[in-house]
Amino acid sequence: MSPLLRISDLRVEGWHPGAGWMPVVKGVSLELQRGEVVGLIGESGAGKSTIGLAAMGYARPGCRIVSGQVLIESNDLLSMDAEERRRCRARRIAYIAQSAAASFNASLKLGLQLTEAPVHHLHMPVGEARTRAESLCRELDLPYPEILLDKYPHQVSGGQLQRLMAAMAMGCGPELLVLDEPTTAIDVTTQVEVLRAFKRLIREHHTSAVYVTHDLAVVSQLADRIIVLRGGEVVEEGPADAIIFRPQAAYTRQLMAAAARAPADAVRSRGTAKPAPRPATQLELIDVHAAYGRASRRSPINPVLRGVDLRIGRGQVVGIVGESGCGKSTLARTICGLLRPYQGELRLAGAPLAPHVADRRRDTQRRIQLVTQMPDVAFNPKSHVGEILGRPLQFYFDLTAKQRRERVRELLAMVKLPADYVDRLPRQLSGGEKQRVNLARALAASPDVLLCDEVTSALDTIVTAAVLDLLRELQSRLAISLVFISHDISTVASFADRIAVMYAGRVVEEGETEAVMGAPVHPYTELLLKSVPRVKPGWLDGLAQLDRSTQGQAMVSAGLDGCAFTPRCRLAIAGVCERDAPPSRSPTEDRRVECHHQSAVGASR
Amino acid sequence: MIRLLAQRVATGLLTIPAISLVVFAGTEILPGDVVTAVLGQGAANVDVAAIRQQLNLDRPVPERYVTWLFSLASGDLGKSLGSGQSIATMIGERLPYTLRLAGVTALVAVPISVVLGLLAAMRAGSWFDRLTSGATMVFLSGPEFLVGTLLVILFAVNLRWLPAVSFASEPQGFVDHFRSMTLPVLTLTVAVIAPMARMTRSALLTALTSPAIEMAILKGMPRARIVLLHALPIALPPIITVIALNLAYLVTGVVIVEVVFNYPGMAKLLVDAVGTRDIPVVQACAMIFCFAFVALNLTADLLALVANPRRRYPR
Repeated sequence: MSPLLRISDLRVEGWHPGAGWMPVVKGVSLELQRGEVVGLIGESGAGKSTIGLAAMGYARPGCRIVSGQVLIESNDLLSMDAEERRRCRARRIAYIAQSAAASFNASLKLGLQLTEAPVHHLHMPVGEARTRAESLCRELDLPYPEILLDKYPHQVSGGQLQRLMAAMAMGCGPELLVLDEPTTAIDVTTQVEVLRAFKRLIREHHTSAVYVTHDLAVVSQLADRIIVLRGGEVVEEGPADAIIFRPQAAYTRQLMAAAARAPADAVRSRGTAKPAPRPATQLELIDVHAAYGRASRRSPINPVLRGVDLRIGRGQVVGIVGESGCGKSTLARTICGLLRPYQGELRLAGAPLAPHVADRRRDTQRRIQLVTQMPDVAFNPKSHVGEILGRPLQFYFDLTAKQRRERVRELLAMVKLPADYVDRLPRQLSGGEKQRVNLARALAASPDVLLCDEVTSALDTIVTAAVLDLLRELQSRLAISLVFISHDISTVASFADRIAVMYAGRVVEEGETEAVMGAPVHPYTELLLKSVPRVKPGWLDGLAQLDRSTQGQAMVSAGLDGCAFTPRCRLAIAGVCERDAPPSRSPTEDRRVECHHQSAVGASR
Repeated sequence: MIRLLAQRVATGLLTIPAISLVVFAGTEILPGDVVTAVLGQGAANVDVAAIRQQLNLDRPVPERYVTWLFSLASGDLGKSLGSGQSIATMIGERLPYTLRLAGVTALVAVPISVVLGLLAAMRAGSWFDRLTSGATMVFLSGPEFLVGTLLVILFAVNLRWLPAVSFASEPQGFVDHFRSMTLPVLTLTVAVIAPMARMTRSALLTALTSPAIEMAILKGMPRARIVLLHALPIALPPIITVIALNLAYLVTGVVIVEVVFNYPGMAKLLVDAVGTRDIPVVQACAMIFCFAFVALNLTADLLALVANPRRRYPR
């Protein structure tokens, strides 16, 4: 049988200001049989998205396809004229983008966007296209498609938008789908159901697919074959099982080692070196409420934190996990004093902390430092590394110029960067290096508490592993308290002494990492843990439905009286959970859970 | 949404009294005095004082401001110091001319500039794009008295197709009107096309690089549909704003053009009043210009709000 898609010796170049045209894809060839799903994996810069787009005969502005063939059956997408190529898109090959929120046009209704391709390419009457779109939505478990399609993109949740994008791609019944990181931008809990819907869709329509992702676990659930890419070249290629269980190339093995592990395994990897069981309290939050917009005590505009209690011991690492919108970053902002809580109290080493950073003494400001996700936006692009690190030294300490230079050198050594990086500009650093400088800048203040807000989320897996190692080493050497915020539970589990699980502005479960990961008590913790994809073919198929809702919404919703998790909870008690606030209980000493169930998940298993 | 609209209207209306203060203060510090302008430099001090009293010019400034503001609010624009005519009548005669000039120019210039911008954006980098962007740059930098004068030299002096002065006599019939307005309209069009076309082009180019447009391309949509249906709504808010600013300019900033062509509009009235130190007329004209400016900007804001589905249908 001849392949559906055959890419041969594809070469793509990208324009770099100053350097000219540089190769991005260096002669890649691949084949895809009908009904087959091929996963393209690799880190950023591997050229996987570029190949995915080239399979549609498209190169992004700033890129150009230099040579090669992209054959759909026997038609070369690259040599046909533009009009012919245009007619192949949507009809024969369709695209599912990473961020549906960005890729849907905000000013057009969803219905129009879903039906325009079949109407245009297949000359389908609008009514028929609409019916077809609705039935595709139903296949993807989207509720009330009739109503949904009359909405604008911003009125629909992220998980739903991603499914709608799949329904849009299937509009003309294409033979081939290109999925470009389609679940990377959504929460793990939502990801499970979206992946399941994608998988069923592909299977039932006998569609072939190219699945582009950096996530080995995700790709192992869908792909029949996996192609590992690095720097625009194929590193290794083979059946999914073979790549996962018997990787040959050293790079693939490295990727596998750094890939997301099951949270429980991650805990084990942490080893048993524990700090003293009950360290003195460094930072304490008591019933902290915070909101955006004008907050009056009675009716805050956008409540985000609704009574957070948290204790962080001296030299302890506390991980904070939860879906986007649950209030993790707001918690960090509140601790630093960037956002003034409208109720509740913060204490640093027993002494009350002023709610706003401007009201804190300079030395108090020094003791709490924040490391953000995006060093790119936190750095002045015109400042050298030396200036970036020198500022906090100048601000907090009375040092001579010589002492300051000495200290900058020390800091660079601490984050394992060469001393001559002092003269570099942010744009001359790689993503991982920038994050090291970002970390060094926070450490320059010699803080007692370091807040790390998604510090590894923008980094590739291998770089992430290195940054985490560094963070771990520094934390134990300097004995600082670390609040590590991440949506990635495995990362947190491999790292934190204690874990706090947040949902809709409250800490719903908190305890020692081993205990929480090993035996979650709150149903939300369970959902979160079970949703983390495993690098194990068949994991997705064997998974029971975890989330009762297909919406997935960890944000605070209006008129909340009872437990915010009720609509999604598989154990919800009708008449109780939605009405009454859940009690705070301690199933074991040193553990705290907010749930109406006495022993919840543990007992039900 | 309603609340947001009401808020915008309220802030718009609030700027009017604020502007009145600036206008009044501005005319207060204007050098010269109507009385000496009327009576001549050598007038006797006694006469000057008498007339000042008659015109209430001897009252303290805050008191005169309040009186002026209240009569303004009740729709009374006062009387011209020079001619004693009611200012409302004077403006009533001139305003239609200005509105006609602005209206005709808008009808000509807005479609031309939007289409030019669209075409330039669709063919970014082509010779057409380079030509329009070069030409608009030239027009943008050339002052309109120069453009106006050049047009007069070409069409009125050399070719003798059109009159150099708009209203030497009261125009009769459509052809006459057309002939007398062509040159001022052309001059203004040249002046306002440039910013509007350039903004349309750049807003559209920005919109065309968005992921939503990439998606439309990957859906195999034809180019024209992508630009008009997908990209234009994204690019609309800045285009609306720049159109409104230029329309406001047409109403308020045509001083030079009206003077060059001796066109009997508001700006001409204003310039003449400044010449004779006829302060109430200056103030009234300035207030009307400001009002038009605020009204047009407010309309643009409201349109941009209404055009945004996120505002129309909050989550």
